[in-house]
Order: sequence, then C-alpha cells, then structure tokens
Amino acid sequence: MSWLLDGLLIVSLLVTAVAVLLSRDLFRAVVMFMAFGLLMALAWVRLQAPDIALAEAAIGAGLTGVLLLDAVSHFQRGRLREQPPGEEG
Amino acid sequence: MRRLLVLVSLAACTALTIALALAVLVAAESAVVSELPQQLAASLGRSGVEHPTTAVLLNFRSYDTLLEIGVLVIAGMSGISLASTRSLEDPALRSSDVLLYALQRWFVPLMLLLAAYLLWAGSHRPGGAFQAGAVLAATGVLMRLGGLPMAFIRPGVLLRLGLVLGFAVFLLVAIASALAGEAFLAYPPGMAGGLILAIETVLTLSIGMILLALFVAAPVSAEHEPEEGGGS
Repeated sequence: MSWLLDGLLIVSLLVTAVAVLLSRDLFRAVVMFMAFGLLMALAWVRLQAPDIALAEAAIGAGLTGVLLLDAVSHFQRGRLREQPPGEEG
Repeated sequence: MRRLLVLVSLAACTALTIALALAVLVAAESAVVSELPQQLAASLGRSGVEHPTTAVLLNFRSYDTLLEIGVLVIAGMSGISLASTRSLEDPALRSSDVLLYALQRWFVPLMLLLAAYLLWAGSHRPGGAFQAGAVLAATGVLMRLGGLPMAFIRPGVLLRLGLVLGFAVFLLVAIASALAGEAFLAYPPGMAGGLILAIETVLTLSIGMILLALFVAAPVSAEHEPEEGGGS
C-alpha cells in the first residue's frame, strides 16, 4: 500500500514541477510552486525527516509563495501601466 | 532552427536526468556504512537536548547554524536597504475586509501559540527555532496583509536590534565559552540545555523578524511608488 502512496507522490511532484516550469501564466506558476512545496513536505515526511518537512511547508511553500505572489502582482501592475489604455481591454 | 535547439536541449536534459538517476542508484547500492548514527546516539546524553536533529544543529555542528544565521541577517539587511517605500505602514493597506479581520482575530493568537509550541518541542521532538521563526513570520505577514499596525517593523533601532539579536547572542555564547577555556562554541557541561533553549528563543525572534522584514520591505502598493519618483 505504501508504494502506491509513494508512487503517487513522485508522479504528482513531477507533474507540479513541470507545470511550474511550463506555465506561461505567472500566477498559476506560483500556485503550482506552492502545491509542489506542500507535496515536497509530504515527501520529506515519507523519508522520515519531519524537521525538514516542517521547514519546507512553512518556508518553502508558505513564505516563498507569499513573496512570489507579491512579485507577480507587481509585474502585472507594471505591465498594465506600460501599455496605453484601451489596448488591454 | 529554433525547434532544433529545443530538441537538442531537451535531449541534453533527458540525458542529464538519466545520468543523475544512475549515479544515485550506484551511490545507493554501494552505501558506505556510516557510524554517524551510532556516534550521535552515544553522545546524545551530553548534548543537553533529547532530539538528535536539534542536538546536531545547536550543539555538535552549531558552527554551521551560526553561519546560517549570519547569512540570514545579511539577507534581511540587504532587503531592508532595498526597500523603496519610506513609510512601511501603508494607509491603503488598512483594509476593511471583514472576513480577513475575523480570520485574524482567530489565527494570530493561535499561530503565536503554535510558534511557542514548536520552539519548546524542539528539545525533544521535531520542531525548533527555524520552524518556529517561520510560523512567527507568517503571523506577521497575516497581520501585515490585514493592515494591523506593527510599530516594531519600522526601520529604526528596534528593528535593527531584533534582526541581529539572535546572531549576537549566539556569537556571545560562543566567544564566552571560548574565553572560559572550552573550545569555540563548546557549551560548558551542565549548562548546555539552558543555553540551547536561550539561543533558540532569541533565534526564533530574529528569524521571524528577518523573514517578516524581507516581506515588508517589498513595496506594497504599486500606485504609490512610481508617482513618488515623478515621471509619467
């Protein structure tokens, strides 16, 4: 039974990692990155490293995700300002 | 031409992945039997804590942790010096979002409690300064998003003191133990447990503050900052 869980974890890790890299929408990439971080925390738990799992969930998924979301919102606002009004809508 | 380039780089990536996987396989099969776990278990009683990870991080390899905190302090200071907003408390942030406010009233005390628990748990089960500090910083981010006033995060003496507190106390203990005749960073016997708890407490405060400062230092409202610099 545990190999099923591990296999599922590996597959979903790979899928989310590829989704982060290939997504053209930055917001979606960040959300995928956070999902990747949470799955990675699960993987650390499976590897019997709960300390690293805690750190990964708190810093890797949580704080880094918030910082990246902040950066994305700045990029998008900056892009909106550069374009003359009317072109966007 | 471009498609060729993509294909070549894809092939290179695949080859690298396969090579890495093979290397990991070979390394896993010919694993050298390490005596580190036995050594750790044998000397765990002298470390002052019961959890092996904390014992390694704060006692046996505390030099690494000291340098890590130094790196974090430098990162926090560079983040603050890059901040473009003068007033870190943005009036536009004072949101009237009822849901966020209600959520905060429940979550902020709960998260502070969780941070304290993680800090305390570090001595005998998974937890410790880094995790507690991260939860502390997340609490600060939540308060920041809800626009709660946080006077201590304004650039000033208090912020600087908070940033370097953990590193300074850690270094002080290290130098004091070196002057007392022991080696650099070797805690005097019998005091290790108390010293580690004290160091972890100040480290938690500092780590939380550094991570929070990195978040707060980022300019919050984009409508605000370009107009300050003039231009269009």
